[in-house]
Amino acid sequence: MWVELLLLVLVVLVAVVIARLGDLFAAAMLTGIFSLLCAGLYTIMDAVDVAFTEAAVGAGITTVLFLGALGMTSTAERQQRFRWRPLLVVVLTGGALMWGTSDMPAFGDPAAPIHHHVEPEYLEGAASDIHVANVVTAVLASYRGYDTLGEVTVVFTAAVGVMLLLGRAAGGAARHWRRGADRSLGVSEGAAEPGELRDAPMLMREKPVLRVSVRLLIPFILLFALYVQAHGDFGPGGGFQAGVIFAAGLILFGLIFDPQAVARVFPPAVAETLIAVGVLLYGGTGVATLLLGGKFLDYDEFGLASGQHYGILAVELGVGIAVAATMVRLYFAFSALHPEDVVEPQ
Amino acid sequence: MIGWLLDAASWLLLAFGSLFCLVGSLGVLRFPDFYTRCHAAGITDTFGAVLILAGLALQGGFSQGVTLKLALVCGFLLLSSPVASHALVKAAHAHGVLVPQPVPDRVSEYPKSETAGDHRSQER
Repeated sequence: MWVELLLLVLVVLVAVVIARLGDLFAAAMLTGIFSLLCAGLYTIMDAVDVAFTEAAVGAGITTVLFLGALGMTSTAERQQRFRWRPLLVVVLTGGALMWGTSDMPAFGDPAAPIHHHVEPEYLEGAASDIHVANVVTAVLASYRGYDTLGEVTVVFTAAVGVMLLLGRAAGGAARHWRRGADRSLGVSEGAAEPGELRDAPMLMREKPVLRVSVRLLIPFILLFALYVQAHGDFGPGGGFQAGVIFAAGLILFGLIFDPQAVARVFPPAVAETLIAVGVLLYGGTGVATLLLGGKFLDYDEFGLASGQHYGILAVELGVGIAVAATMVRLYFAFSALHPEDVVEPQ
Repeated sequence: MIGWLLDAASWLLLAFGSLFCLVGSLGVLRFPDFYTRCHAAGITDTFGAVLILAGLALQGGFSQGVTLKLALVCGFLLLSSPVASHALVKAAHAHGVLVPQPVPDRVSEYPKSETAGDHRSQER
């Protein structure tokens, strides 16, 4: 109870500070802290899978993408005069939402409708029909497989949108961004304010502590991602988390060494293809069940004994591939690295 | 006997870990400038966290692999926390956060005879 209260107070404090800060670099860092606090809250509420995702996406990759965006634009917020109409809209919306939550059942209330309509079927079915230990995975990939297909499509759409806006820009805009790239993700953040610099900007890969420790960590990060991918049936984890963690390992390498180095291992063109491959693998699993004579994404068609397992594995693999490729491709876009920029080593 | 010893060792580690966390947070609040505060925060990250994890590992029960998992977490903390502190300090330095000069020695700015004379006059 007290821990939840403390975390919630901290969340509100951080949110207010983010809104008030003029230094966007600090604000981007605080959004990471915000996500970590939320992840803590979710853990306390026993939503470990959600906490996992929030920590990996919110505290990890989103912060990197924010920094990339700042590298392209500016780290200082433009001062604007106070406007009361947006404030009024925000206060009214927030008030309406708070008023709405007063009608919701209390957290953990056993009489809440959600605990009576479908949840009992899911809880029993996960063991007897799906044979999966992690109920969240059973709901996400099997009972609600159609919704998750929608979510993967959202990820796909987001990647396409970012590529349309940034990734494949040409001409003047691209050159502008490329200039920004010199002081964005591949290079030490210290170069952001030339007037205040004490030392010449030092590339991160020239710093031995970072170089050695990152090289030590990356294999374990990638291995852990594969574990999370394969272990989603039995514990917290699955395609979304695994994809993000795998991409985080690659992005960490790009941050310290060079986005170019990542692009040589995982070319942007391959990433773009893999985003589509992941979504196709998911949708293809559904089509396969249709062709076998069942309903869309009804994995029982793959065999009654372990068909659900095969189906969930295929679908989660599709999610993992799509998410990992999307994250890496977004990182390339936000670090202003374009497919045609990839240079082969001499 | 062994159980009692393990319990005692675990409590000792937990107590020391909490002490280091307390000292570290106190340092973040009370130290005068950014770099010394980072030093205090680093103590919380490494010593405090590792000692508490070690204490919990002794409580965790060796059979279920909890101890092994906590040992792994410990290893990653020892690898990542000091690096994070290092990167933070380096970034601050590159960004122009000044290393404070030592407190100016105002006493030696006064001529010796004058201060000595003042003292004597006060004593009389």
